[in-house]
Amino acid sequence: MSTSIQLKKVVKRFGAIDVIKGIDLDIEPGQFTVFVGPSGCGKSTLLRMIAGLETISGGDLLIGGERMNDTAAAKRGIAMVFQSYALYPHMTVYKNLAFGLETAGLKRDEIDRRVKEAAATLRITEYLQRRPKALSGGQRQRVAIGRSIVRDPNIFLFDEPLSNLDAELRVQMRVEISKLHERLGNTMIYVTHDQVEAMTMADKIVVLKAGEVMQTGSPLELYNRPANRFVAGFIGSPKMNFLEAKRTAADTIEVAGQSLRLSSDQLGQAMTSVPITFGIRPEHIVLGGEAGQSLGEAKVDLVEHLGGSTSVYATMTSGASLTILAPGQLAIQHGETVPLRIDAANCHAFGPDDQTLRR
Amino acid sequence: MSVSERSAAATGKGESSALARSLRGAVRRNAPGYLFLAPWLIGFLCLTLGPALVSLYLSFTDFDLLQAPNFVGMQNYIRMATADPKFIAAMRVTFLYVILSVPLKLAFALAVAMMLNRGLTGLPVYRAIFYLPSLLGASVAIAVLWRQLFAADGMINSVLAIFGIEGPSWISNPRYSLYTLVVLSVWQFGSPMIIFLAGLRQIPTDMYEAASLDGASSSRQFWKITLPLLSPVIFFNFVIQTIEAFKAFTPAFIVSGGTGGPINSTLFYTLYLYQEAFGNFRMGYASALAWVLVIIIAIFTAFSFLSTRYWVHYDE
Repeated sequence: MSTSIQLKKVVKRFGAIDVIKGIDLDIEPGQFTVFVGPSGCGKSTLLRMIAGLETISGGDLLIGGERMNDTAAAKRGIAMVFQSYALYPHMTVYKNLAFGLETAGLKRDEIDRRVKEAAATLRITEYLQRRPKALSGGQRQRVAIGRSIVRDPNIFLFDEPLSNLDAELRVQMRVEISKLHERLGNTMIYVTHDQVEAMTMADKIVVLKAGEVMQTGSPLELYNRPANRFVAGFIGSPKMNFLEAKRTAADTIEVAGQSLRLSSDQLGQAMTSVPITFGIRPEHIVLGGEAGQSLGEAKVDLVEHLGGSTSVYATMTSGASLTILAPGQLAIQHGETVPLRIDAANCHAFGPDDQTLRR
Repeated sequence: MSVSERSAAATGKGESSALARSLRGAVRRNAPGYLFLAPWLIGFLCLTLGPALVSLYLSFTDFDLLQAPNFVGMQNYIRMATADPKFIAAMRVTFLYVILSVPLKLAFALAVAMMLNRGLTGLPVYRAIFYLPSLLGASVAIAVLWRQLFAADGMINSVLAIFGIEGPSWISNPRYSLYTLVVLSVWQFGSPMIIFLAGLRQIPTDMYEAASLDGASSSRQFWKITLPLLSPVIFFNFVIQTIEAFKAFTPAFIVSGGTGGPINSTLFYTLYLYQEAFGNFRMGYASALAWVLVIIIAIFTAFSFLSTRYWVHYDE
């Protein structure tokens, strides 16, 4: 069964400091939602408030339409996977999985059935009699997830569950968690600071900064139409390039000495001659060719050959630094001057308040 | 001597001189190390190991401080086992004291540590205050104070009198005297408490959070998480406190005026040993008593360590 979650003006206060500043959020039943943001943005605190591990200082938390602010954590129908896994080191994997069920007073046969079922789902059956210390990081992570599954909760919460794993295992577990979501269909909230995890796993991403929601939307919405400079810079890798610019006409801006024509939709209501920020993703800059418009030239400082793509770090004639991600293997040398071309449709413009100018 | 034998002898000589050279070199190289080690080493040899070995020898003699010791074989040990009712009484008192005081003290220390672990403001101050009795506890002054408090006309009875209760003489009544000393021992809970507190702080909070999401009550969390995860610390405190309790001397000596009375009710083993050695000048017999205590403590410690596989959980 999956359940909806609603946050209405939710606030968390530590002393005089508001760490969560009135968040409104709707999470649909069965949705995989990712809270993403830099360290200290309040994403884990928000998750813990939903779990019932932190009190809510203001606003309402509704789970399945019911107000849950003061409901005990155990009664919210929630299971949580912790960053540290929080496995009980003195219990076997079996006992770890069974702990919650024993607490709930289930019969031994039922506990055994559920534990074995979860173990089979997560391929940890052969480790059931081992202690956590005899398991690898990935296996421990599976046990931690298994402990959540056996309780058959309505909602799963994940607090940076992959951050203790190495890169390869992280990718593998990422896929497994996504598959698990597909199979179970439960509402899941996943906290991470890794935008790649957010992009690859989420139905919906909530970007947080300093206790406030910067933008909510599907991964591609956030990528294609970032609401502000923060989201534009946070989503996408390598990071979006930002250049100082100036609006010279209704559909024209001046960037690095070049005049670029954008649609008036992209530029919104910004006044001419007000300084704005022009944004272009590294993968949207083309080196040479005739397509699109010219962004001038840049001198190559460093080239990284990744095989499938090439990263180029360059300095424009105006002195601004630029990152370019080109597909394939480019034969470019350090010190070379390259012409830059862009497609206006891929450009972003932000006002002096860092909000997008797009209408 | 054949040529081969001669050459073998020469090689052997060469080898031994090379060994001597390398030994001399090693000593010279490590001389500063030994020099720094010397104060401890001399102290250990002269003040610990030496006297211990001498006492082991004396335990097989009739030494009385005045005359040279005569070897008497196992006689001291045989007497202890067959013809010394006071030894049996001292054993009984000591075991009772250990069995009562150690669990009570540990339980009390754990309870206070758990209270202090709740993130109180001013925690360091409370910690220091609670630790204070342990600093003072073993001192003569506190034992004297304790005697005053628990005397027939002491403060405890004055307070009880307010409620119309006529308290006994806690110290001079053999029914209560040992229990009064047990209470004194429990009151000195500071040092195990500090160790428990350090142990409690090592238990990650997310274990409790995971358990609370599972619906585990505080008592289930205590029995299923706190106690097992604290078991190495409990074991450490248990062994140390038990050894301390076996060796307890000062409180009984002061409270009973050195007699172990009334009617041997506070005749701790070490107190009896002291009486035999410095009251009756039976140094040989007292040495045998000391060695029996060492053996008892060693056996207890060995069994404690053997038991760890059943109840102590070491992580990682």
